[in-house]
Amino acid sequence: MTAQATAPHIGTTAPASNLLLAVDGVTVDFDGFKALNGFSLTLDRGTLRVLIGPNGAGKSTLCDTIIGRVRATSGRVIFKGQDITHLPEHEIVRRGICRKFQTPGVLPGLSVVDNLMIAARRDRRWWSSFRHGVAAEEKARVADILETIGLADRAAAPAGQLAHGEKQWLEIGMVVATRADLLLLDEPTAGMGPAETSQTAALIRRLVGQHTVLVIDHDMSFLEQLDARVTVMHQGQFLKEGSVAAIRADADVAAVYLGRAKEDTHHD
Amino acid sequence: MDMSLRKNTPLSGPLAGIAFGRSLAVPLAVVALGVLAPWLVSAYELNLLARFLAMALLAMGLVLVWGQGGVLSLGQGVFFGLGGYAIAMHMKLAALADGDLPDFMVWSGLDALPWWWVPFKSPLVAILGVVLVPGAVAALFSWAVFRRRVGGVYFALITQALALAFATLLISQQPSTGGFNGLTDFQTLMGVELGTPAAAHGLYWLTLALVVGVFVALRALMASRYGLLLRAIRDGENRIRFLGYDPTPFKVVAFTIGAVLAGLAGALFTLHAGVVSPALVGVVPSIEMVIWVAVGGRNSLAGAIAGTLAVNLAKDGVSSAFPDLWLYALGLVFVLVVTLLPGGLAGLVADAGAAGLGKRLKTLIIGEAK
Amino acid sequence: MGEWPLIAGQVFNGFSVASLYVLAALGLALSFGLMRVINMAHGEMLMLGGYLAYLTLQVVPGPLGILAAMPVAFLGAAAVGAVLETTLIKRLSARPLDTLLATWGVSLILQQAARNIFGAIGVDVRAPQWLNHAYTVQSGLLEGLTIPATRLFILAVAFAVMGALSLLLARTRIGLLVRAVNQDRGMAAAAGINVRAVDLSVFCLGTGIAGLAGVVLALLGPVTPNVGQSYVVPAFLVVVLGGLGSLKGTAIASLIVGLFSALVQILVDVSLAQVLLLLFVIGFIQFRPQGVVAVRSRVLDA
Repeated sequence: MTAQATAPHIGTTAPASNLLLAVDGVTVDFDGFKALNGFSLTLDRGTLRVLIGPNGAGKSTLCDTIIGRVRATSGRVIFKGQDITHLPEHEIVRRGICRKFQTPGVLPGLSVVDNLMIAARRDRRWWSSFRHGVAAEEKARVADILETIGLADRAAAPAGQLAHGEKQWLEIGMVVATRADLLLLDEPTAGMGPAETSQTAALIRRLVGQHTVLVIDHDMSFLEQLDARVTVMHQGQFLKEGSVAAIRADADVAAVYLGRAKEDTHHD
Repeated sequence: MDMSLRKNTPLSGPLAGIAFGRSLAVPLAVVALGVLAPWLVSAYELNLLARFLAMALLAMGLVLVWGQGGVLSLGQGVFFGLGGYAIAMHMKLAALADGDLPDFMVWSGLDALPWWWVPFKSPLVAILGVVLVPGAVAALFSWAVFRRRVGGVYFALITQALALAFATLLISQQPSTGGFNGLTDFQTLMGVELGTPAAAHGLYWLTLALVVGVFVALRALMASRYGLLLRAIRDGENRIRFLGYDPTPFKVVAFTIGAVLAGLAGALFTLHAGVVSPALVGVVPSIEMVIWVAVGGRNSLAGAIAGTLAVNLAKDGVSSAFPDLWLYALGLVFVLVVTLLPGGLAGLVADAGAAGLGKRLKTLIIGEAK
Repeated sequence: MGEWPLIAGQVFNGFSVASLYVLAALGLALSFGLMRVINMAHGEMLMLGGYLAYLTLQVVPGPLGILAAMPVAFLGAAAVGAVLETTLIKRLSARPLDTLLATWGVSLILQQAARNIFGAIGVDVRAPQWLNHAYTVQSGLLEGLTIPATRLFILAVAFAVMGALSLLLARTRIGLLVRAVNQDRGMAAAAGINVRAVDLSVFCLGTGIAGLAGVVLALLGPVTPNVGQSYVVPAFLVVVLGGLGSLKGTAIASLIVGLFSALVQILVDVSLAQVLLLLFVIGFIQFRPQGVVAVRSRVLDA
């Protein structure tokens, strides 16, 4: 058996270094098309990072590779000092990474609260599913998250009946409920209006510190509200890193977004 | 299931006790009627009822596997057969003097008992074999397939190939399996003379008790966290995987329970019918087992029992008088139930309930449906 | 007769069985790739082709009757396929497992209808003179090896169908549409492709090919109401091994299944060969669960 079922909570183990995640020279080759091409990235504990880049830059593939949905052709993913590149997905999640997908990945047939209870469960091994009862701590955590995401009064409703924005929030809630150290949020504001978007930004800012958060998004106003370091990807490679303001002003970034990238090849 | 924070579910608070008392009345009446059946119906009818109730055990297993787990098995006949042959082999051996061979082996020119027959001399091995052999085969088989994430239509097709291979094997290995005719002519089981009214009544009550016990146990299982996760995996296997659960063992457990129940059903059926043969375990009977559950309602245990009784009663009535008509009718039932009535009879009752005919009836009959 | 002719004979047998599996599985694999549904009544399309061959030979006796039967069987099975697709499969497209059950019902009805019309025993289609002989190796290592002309004919038909189909998919506008829908259904629909029409044409093409396979089958033995069943289960395994909707994968998987069955039968009887084939398939998916030819998908499919 590998490791513990649940990752130790932040604070219970004193980290030797502040480094949480290191993506080390990862290449993902889809039958000749390199979705990621020798890409590297490091994240420190308790930080917030935003990943942007034009369509096909490899942002979602990066999240897929970290979580184990797509396997690196070469390179490694190091999490808490351990190589997780080849672990099964559920094992990676149990070590403390959870991902929100682009299309809301809630369980439509289950109630909102059951969705959260499944996510909040500490012991996720199959034989413990026969055990009765729920830890008071898990109940409290779910009640807390229900309040935070504003779905307390819809707790018993099937998740499939929620509005699109509510589903997005529920999924963020599920990701948070897992107590993962690293949250990967893929387009968390897709399909949201301005008011919901800024609420989401506020929610994510509150999560930072207790969690490390990697956000993928396009929406510039959302990025400004997040006010975090931004990494720009292009054609599966690292392009730039800096503050929102610096990235906005960057000529190279503007070039790839305007599609003039073919002439300018970038070698950092 | 107390894993929710629900405050507003209809059946909580002081009302729960009353609703509970009422909802138990009808099932208790049905069970009481079942217990009294030996005095209410003819011996022939009792035997039919006993066979169908045995099959209902298998059908309830399919509710867990197919309805709750979303895993369509077209090979339940294999496990039914394994259970049936396990008990039948013992009864063949029990009737013999030491060193004798079953008559069909003698006719085929065998001069020694095949090695895999030997353990079944012991009644204990045979009875354990009824559940352990199908359980072990199912666990290994489903683990090998599910762990590589082969499921859905692929899994259904592979189980069908399994049913075909098993039936062909039984037929072709005539000297050691009895071939096409299967095994029959049973005299005693653990010293009890079979074929007497007392034995028939006893076996019938045993079957009825098992049906009630399995109903209650599966209901509890479906209401447990395991049941919740099984349904969650059915609706979004990848989502569950990315929440840190490994879906494979959940599906393997469901499939194995389904196979154990099928084995039990096969053994009881063999006792009631006095025969087990390849005709009961192949491709066609295996898929017919699915239709019992489809007719009754794939998510309802009570529906599965009702569907098994209804389809088999209809088959018994129609197929002897008009064999051609029966196959047309069965084909039509497949088409119509699946296209027009995916929830089966239980779904129909639920709809009637929703239309105001009585919510109580709904929770009563399809209470376990999710 | 030594070992070698026996083995060579079984290899050849494997190829001819494989060509039958290709013809039976192509339609299944193409529709499965497009719509993710399996038509359990596909075996009855083979049966239909066989009976149509029998009927055609009643009308057109003589050496070329079998050639006339082929377009008849193709069109007849395609027409039945069209009815099946539009009345049943289209309605169930989002529920693949339910489609299995519903089409099984159709299969029961078609078999029983055949039993009532043609009888349970089956009818014979006699191979014409030009196919009714065998080639025998007279000398050398393979002395004694006999190859019936019908088996060569089956191989030729399979190659012709595969060739025509790959040309159709690679070179024609219809093929382009099929590939587009195969790759990304939603995108194809958004681009204005009539996805439903593509589904229907591919389904009919597939059942038509199965009808063709039925004609070929009729040369090997009597056409019975359940003749399709004995070929369709291996064809299902071909689909499992082949990978999603790939022509190449289906061909390779058919060859694997055909050769495996034929070669194993040198050592064990037919029924054990079936069990070993199943074990082989389960073993195979331990190493390549995505099938012979893998299609990478980036969709989070439940």
